[in-house]
Amino acid sequence: MSDTPAARPSRSGSDDEGFKRELVQLIPHLRAFARTLCGDPAAADDLAQDAMMKAWDARASFQMGTNMKAWTFMILRNQFYSEKRRSWRQSQLDQEAAERTLVAVDDPEAPVALDELRQGLAMLPPEQREALILVGAGGFAYEEAAEICACAVGTVKSRVSRARRALHGILESGSYDRDGASAGDAMRAILADAERLSTVR
Amino acid sequence: MGDEDSTRGRPPRKRHADSMIENMSSPDPRKPSAALDEARLRQQAIGVRLRQMFDEVVNEDVPDEFLEILRRADGKTAENG
Repeated sequence: MSDTPAARPSRSGSDDEGFKRELVQLIPHLRAFARTLCGDPAAADDLAQDAMMKAWDARASFQMGTNMKAWTFMILRNQFYSEKRRSWRQSQLDQEAAERTLVAVDDPEAPVALDELRQGLAMLPPEQREALILVGAGGFAYEEAAEICACAVGTVKSRVSRARRALHGILESGSYDRDGASAGDAMRAILADAERLSTVR
Repeated sequence: MGDEDSTRGRPPRKRHADSMIENMSSPDPRKPSAALDEARLRQQAIGVRLRQMFDEVVNEDVPDEFLEILRRADGKTAENG
């Protein structure tokens, strides 16, 4: 018997409890990130569930106190790309489903511009879209996004700025696939919305 | 004589050329700094929208399935010791 506090042969139940509590809080974020990768909500939830279970199974390797959100996002992303590699055919079908979902208006009451933003995002190269979503919507620092995507910080920065420019150009010119809306409508709607949101805040 | 030749051969005054290019390429006659502010504003607006889009999913109710799966997994670990 040893009284060194470092010797812990197995995780205690309270470790697992703490881990689980944090993991449960991250589920909404995992779902949102999965949705941006898959497009199709059902496939996205499958991916989020797989990632959640992978994280649970790997809980012993997680260092409590470090950024669990970034860690789980990395697991989800790896899961997504390894599934894609396993079956490129399936991923093509996923891609088609994603495009259908991105183009379809899920919520008839959703403001027009939101749907157009989705379509604009769909036109970006995947690595740019991913970087912009992690930094611009997920609230990650460039360093964290770099860790999640397994690339250099500078790469993330340039992807984000290229994505921003491209998205702006797409929305401004109205070159996304729009149904009768005139060019510039999306940008105007986005601007009007941002103004409204900023006054509410 | 020589003066006249050199004047004829010279391109139009530079300032004039610039303003012509400006008028042709951009319908917006505002100063570059105003255009820059405008671009920044637009980028901010896109950023707000982007977060809104993401948060919409974050704010959805989590399907019971997620917690169910986790509970089952947790039960298994408890059984196994």
